[in-house]
Amino acid sequence: MELIWEGTKQAALLLIRGDPDVLRITLLSLQVSGAATLLSLLVGIPLGTALALTRFPGRGIAISLVNTGMGLPPVVVGLFVSIFLWRSGPLGFLELLYTPTAIVIAQLVIAAPIVTGLTVAAVQQLPPKLRLQLIGLGASRLQVVWLLLKEARLPLLAAVMAGFGGVISEIGASIMVGGNIYRQTRVLTTATVLETSKGNFDIAIALSLLLLLLTFAVNWTLTMIQQRGRTT
Amino acid sequence: MSAPILRLEGIQVAYDGALILDVPSLEIQEGQTLAVIGPNGAGKSTLLRLLGVLEAPTEGRVLFRGRPVPSRAALLSLRRRMASVFQEPLLTDGTVEENVSLGLRLRRTDPVEVTRRLQEWMGALGIRDLAKRHTRTLSGGEAQRVSLARALVLEPEVLLLDEPFAALDPPTREGLLADLKTILSKARITTVFVTHDRDEALALGDQVAVMIGGRILQADVPERVFANPISEEVARFVGVETILPGLVRSVNDGLAAVEVPGWTLEVAAPLTPGERILLCLRPEEITLFPKGTVAALSSARNQLHGRVIRHLPTGAAYRVTIDCGVLIVAAVTRQSWQQLGLADGVEVVTSFKATAPHVIHRA
Repeated sequence: MELIWEGTKQAALLLIRGDPDVLRITLLSLQVSGAATLLSLLVGIPLGTALALTRFPGRGIAISLVNTGMGLPPVVVGLFVSIFLWRSGPLGFLELLYTPTAIVIAQLVIAAPIVTGLTVAAVQQLPPKLRLQLIGLGASRLQVVWLLLKEARLPLLAAVMAGFGGVISEIGASIMVGGNIYRQTRVLTTATVLETSKGNFDIAIALSLLLLLLTFAVNWTLTMIQQRGRTT
Repeated sequence: MSAPILRLEGIQVAYDGALILDVPSLEIQEGQTLAVIGPNGAGKSTLLRLLGVLEAPTEGRVLFRGRPVPSRAALLSLRRRMASVFQEPLLTDGTVEENVSLGLRLRRTDPVEVTRRLQEWMGALGIRDLAKRHTRTLSGGEAQRVSLARALVLEPEVLLLDEPFAALDPPTREGLLADLKTILSKARITTVFVTHDRDEALALGDQVAVMIGGRILQADVPERVFANPISEEVARFVGVETILPGLVRSVNDGLAAVEVPGWTLEVAAPLTPGERILLCLRPEEITLFPKGTVAALSSARNQLHGRVIRHLPTGAAYRVTIDCGVLIVAAVTRQSWQQLGLADGVEVVTSFKATAPHVIHRA
């Protein structure tokens, strides 16, 4: 308990002083996971909507694969992204390994199935005849999709939160494709692991608190948007 | 008669190889309300989706104002000339006003025109006071009024209603039915109205089509469909509860002697001896007397002795089933039931005029 108490006090001092390294790591975490989440929305929402609204052979298998992807182990993602970006790998010429972009790619692979799967569920939970009703009122195909997504915005925002939560907290992929390089690819989770292994519990606790605060701040903002006007 | 606004030709719809709709021909006249009645699963909603070009038939074609339904690209402009209302109100998350104006906003209608139409149609449906209310706070009846206003505000050339009153309680349903009847007769909007409720069909329909098993068995003005059903299935669906199989024994002066199980009845209808028929009797055409009373003085040509086996209350009357060797159902007011001292097990005389039965000729 003494260790935790002392560590927390030191962490508070680090945060109050505005330690530049801690701030840099926090900002990079926010940038990398924010970009990965945004990209996963661009991929996941259209894909999830298409899977929910269209019928084609193999659709059941496609949805099952997406749902399986929602539980992809980050280390497995890290391994395959590393292989792809490795100097001799298929995308090695891009020279992205051990860069923040590599972490964004890995986190995108983790978040996209989460957003896709939850989008499928969000659209499918709408009344089945709503789509027909909108078409019957003269909505074009794009207007139907837009109106259905608007109706499903509550569970869709939950998908955004789940996607962001999944990537801001993962460590396996970030450390494998980012390398945890000081002032380059070190993010909150990888830095926490490193400082813990060095016995620097004060810094590790400070980083953990920041991670929690960051996650809370993003989710609080999204929850406020989600619950706006839902008091009745 | 003018050209129909909608016409179906050789329509068949099959799902997974099973034929669920088979309509060789159907015409919907401009300004009229066609009520399509039939039991659940008869194919009524599928028919409505075809008419609204929301679904394509497996075979056959739909013509709108004499022209076949266009290709996929041009479907939107045709759909925008129609509007659909379903059993569930299916309102979107927002205010009543936002919902009613939804179709107009989808068409990018001029805001001044949107305001005018909102005023007019929300007023017609009595929901002007609800304009700023959120749809989550509406009762079932209010929500269905909003759903109807959302379709009517489009001033469609064809209005398609799929059991819009089915989920409402009786008083709410009657109020909305009365308002809709006024609106439709005033605006003369061509309407196809699907229901399993005979009273709703009678209240709204200029024409009634009876649909059973994916086929339209009879389409005509309501009076003829209800008074002269063309088959046993139609008769049963339009409320004929007594259907007796009979054989015409003889015909004298237009009065036929028809043998039914246990009785020979007199029927005033153009019949041929030896013909097999079905006699349809509506409950309200049958009179009951307790055994031994003045039945002999009645002008009714047919008097059958029997025993009351059950009675069920239906509004102001009882639906009484009498076993005369054949089962006959009569409607008796509660007052008559009491005054005549009727009860289950009481012996009665069941009488009806020779002109009362409707005859269905059997193949």
